Formats: sequence, structure tokens, C-alpha cells
Amino acid sequence: MVDSAKPDLQLEPTARAENPPPDYSRLRTVITLVAIIAVIVVFWEGMKSFSRANDYELMIGGMVIDLSNFNNTQLPHLGDIFGAFFEPAQRNGPPLYQTLLSAALFTLGEAMLGFFIGAVLGFLLAVIFTHSRLLQNGLLPYVVASQMVPILAIAPMVVVWMRQIELSALAVPIIAAYLTFFPVTIYALRGFTSVPPTELELMQSYAANHLQIFFKLRLPNALPQIFTALKISATASVVGAIIGELPSGIQDGLGGAILNFNQYYTQGPPRLWATIVAAATVGILFFGVVALTERLVVRWQVKESN
Amino acid sequence: MTAIISIKNLTKRFRASDGHEVHALENINLDIEQGEFISLIGPSGCGKSTLLRIMADLIQPTSGTLSVNGKTAAQARKDRDYGFVFQNATLYDWRTVAKNVQLPLEIMRFSKQEREQRAREMLHLVELGDFENKYPWQLSGGMQQRVSIARALSFKPGILFMDEPFGALDEMTRERMNNELLKIWNNLGVTCIFVTHSIPEAVYLSTRVVVLSPRPGRLAEIININLPRPRGPETRDLDDFFHLMSRVRGALRGLGATDGKHIESY
Repeated sequence: MVDSAKPDLQLEPTARAENPPPDYSRLRTVITLVAIIAVIVVFWEGMKSFSRANDYELMIGGMVIDLSNFNNTQLPHLGDIFGAFFEPAQRNGPPLYQTLLSAALFTLGEAMLGFFIGAVLGFLLAVIFTHSRLLQNGLLPYVVASQMVPILAIAPMVVVWMRQIELSALAVPIIAAYLTFFPVTIYALRGFTSVPPTELELMQSYAANHLQIFFKLRLPNALPQIFTALKISATASVVGAIIGELPSGIQDGLGGAILNFNQYYTQGPPRLWATIVAAATVGILFFGVVALTERLVVRWQVKESN
Repeated sequence: MTAIISIKNLTKRFRASDGHEVHALENINLDIEQGEFISLIGPSGCGKSTLLRIMADLIQPTSGTLSVNGKTAAQARKDRDYGFVFQNATLYDWRTVAKNVQLPLEIMRFSKQEREQRAREMLHLVELGDFENKYPWQLSGGMQQRVSIARALSFKPGILFMDEPFGALDEMTRERMNNELLKIWNNLGVTCIFVTHSIPEAVYLSTRVVVLSPRPGRLAEIININLPRPRGPETRDLDDFFHLMSRVRGALRGLGATDGKHIESY
């Protein structure tokens, strides 16, 4: 059996591993990111100064192209957007970044609660559908249909219902959950049911019960897919929370801030843009947390589909 | 000696996706005794894997009777009387080698201490003691299949069903695995039922080779392999080894004839 170990020699630490060549892959990622940002900045500011130099109009072969989209009202300078963070939104108020930070935390809290409710609901639906063909065939079309209804149409009704049962605080999380349960149901269902037939036969050969088959085979088999869904849901929950704030009249979150700065847009366009930057940052952070959790949980190499 | 597996007039038909009926197995009669090593050999589609899965109660026969350890196949499965080794190793990606071997023991509710001890013991048996904490993808195909054999033996079943376990391995690895398997069979006294495509493998390992004919799957011939034991690399050089190989080959070739029973002389 000595020779059988030979193909696995690379498993052992080799002489090269003790003195590894420097790993440039991380550095390359950072350089790429910086380069992409630089390209955006150059394009953004370049288009603006080009448009201004041409008086926001361009004549090409007798056709007039309107460039007014690049004026300072409709597309502020990046420097102005960045500067807006440090100026007070209201006279004698705190600088905008403080306002936005507390709004972002408020919205993130709603989004996380909605994410949690949606993930649990989506997971349970997938478990039920996995074990009952009848319920899957009967209910899955409605689950799909639920996502065809615009969230903007549903949100005001949820707010009214929740107010009626005196659970107004739950209105926004429920609206966020409405967007987040769907990917979890679809991906988890696929993960639970896409078990290779022989792996299922193996469990049958042990006379394993349904519970054991679920926890020892279906669930671990589905985890990579479930995490894919959770990453989608994390960002969708932030969008859901912001949209949910609009009809519920909540002023404390990013939705309220967007509504507010939208109303007074002409008096300070960069404030709305700064708020958008803040909302995007919240989504990216939440996504990052889920991605990090995935790396801690899914530690095995996923088999390539054969 | 009493038969540990007894198959009488067993037939399996199923409806193919295009609607017409397929005769997978037709009137199979076979008695397998305690401690035997039986190979099922035949061309693709002769139903040898189906027969194995029926013995393991993973598929239900259409008609006929079948007893395993003196009970129904279903009861034998519930009593965990057999281990099953699949063509691909069927290891769970998310479990380390040791945890994969422990899987049946977890399902059968062995204590943690016993699980760990048995996994160590079995991995030692297949000479993978140093790989406990590796993941399946870190092992070669042959090593993965050895883990899968260790897993099948971990709860000490009396019967081992194997469905072309070495089919995907290269010739050298396959011969080494054959020796390993014979050693395990010798030491543990398990009854092996082994599906294969390979004539030398079937002859080298078996006490009897069962040749199946295709469409419908029928039992064409049973060939006794009375080569001396213990068998080793030198067995493959014996004249009798070649004679038995050509007998099996003849039985397989005979299947091409219209009556399905003609056997070539050598």
C-alpha cells in the first residue's frame, strides 16, 4: 500500500510551502477594485466637464443631443456628494453623516428582522414542499405569484393591517420578509431535492428514518444553495425595508431620508446622492456578513455536478 | 449448509419512460451460502445491478420469493444485516473521512466512543488510518472507494453487496483493491455479492461466478471457481485461472447465440 500514497504526496507540506512565494492575488483584487473606481470617476467627471464645455448640447450631423443630464442638478460632482456627508442637512443640525448613520442603523435593524422572518418562513416552506408533492404542486404557484405583485402595492396594506392589530413596529420587517422568503424557498427546495439517487439509496440501506435523511443528507446537501439564497435575501431585505418605510410614514430610516431629500432635491441634490451611497453601503455590509458566515459554515469543497 | 440468500422464481418488470414494458429479470433461482463470494457478471443491461438492489430491498421484485438471513429482504434491511458499496464511492462531501465511516453508526445510534473506535479500526483495516481528517475530495478514487468499504463494514454486517465498486479504477489500482477485498473477506468471514464487468476480477475473487444474459435478464450459467486459496498475484498466472476466464468468456459469448444456452468449449 506504500505506493498508493504516492498520488497524495501533495497533501503533505512540501519544502516550497515552508518558504512560499508571495501571494499577489489579494493585492491584485485591491488594484482591480481601485482601477474600477478610477474608471467610474474619470467617466463621471469627464462627461460632466465635456458637457459643460459644449453648453450641454452636442450637434452631430444636424442632430442635437441634449446633455443636460450631466448638469450639477441632475448629476452632482462626486466631490460635492462626498462633501455633503460633512455638512448639516438642516440649519444648525448635525452633519449629514450622523443623520445617515442613525437612519442606516434603524433601517438595517428592520431589514435584519425581516430577513430573519423571511429566511425562517422560506426554509419551512421548502421543508414542507420537499416532503409533500401535493402541497408543493398546490402551493408553489401561489408562492411564485406572490412575487409578481409589486411590493409597492402590498406595502400600504401591510401597514394598515399591522396598525389595526397594534403591531406597527412589525410592518416594515414583514414587508422586507415578503421579498426575502422567496429565494430561500426556491433555492432550499432545490437543494433538498437535488440529492444524488445513490446517496439516498445509501440512507435507505441503513434503514434511516425521514428525520435522519433530512438532517444528515438533505440539509447539508442544500447548504451551499441556501447560502446563495440568503445572500440574495440580505440585499433584498434592505430594499424591502426602505420601500416599507415610505407608506408607513416612518421618518427615522433611510426610506424617510430618501423621501425627505427627494422633496427638497433642487435645494441640495448631493444630499439625496449621499443617501443612496449610504443605502448601498448597508446592503453591501449585510451581504458581506452573510458571505462571511457562509465561509465559516460551508467548509467543504462542493462537488462539481457530473 | 443453509442458504443465507435464497432467490426463487424471481421476476422484475418495469415500465420504461416510453411506455413499453421491460423484462429486467426473468425467473431467477439462486441460493447463496454463508461465507461465499459470488460475482454477478453479464453485459450492460442484463439486470445484474437490479438483482443486487432487489436483494438489498432497494427495489421491489414483480414476482417470486426472496429470503435474506431467513427473513424477508425488507426485514433484513431494517435489521441492518448488510452493507452496500456503490459504483461511485458515494461519500458525503461535507464529512471528513472518519465522519463518513461513522455515518451508519450515527444512524444506528452507537455511542460516540464506539463510533470513533470503530471508524479508526475500519480505516486501519483498509489502510487509511492516516487520512481520518481529510475530506473525500482530497483522496484518489481508489482511496475513496476504500473509505466506502470501511463505511459499509463499520457496523459489522454479515453480508456485503457491492455494485461494480472498482469499475471506475485503473487496472493497477483495481488489482490492488481486489487483494485488499479478499483479505477483508478472509478475515471477517462476510458473504460478498459482487457485481462486475470484468472477467479476471470475477474469477480472481469468487467462489462462484453467476453469468446473466440480457433482455430479459436470465441466469445463464453458474461457474464454480475452485482455484486454491489464499489467492495472490501468482493466482493470475495459473493455467486454471486462464481456463476459468475462458469458461466465463465462453458463457458470456454464448449469450449472443439465439438459444442463449450455448456454451463454447475451450
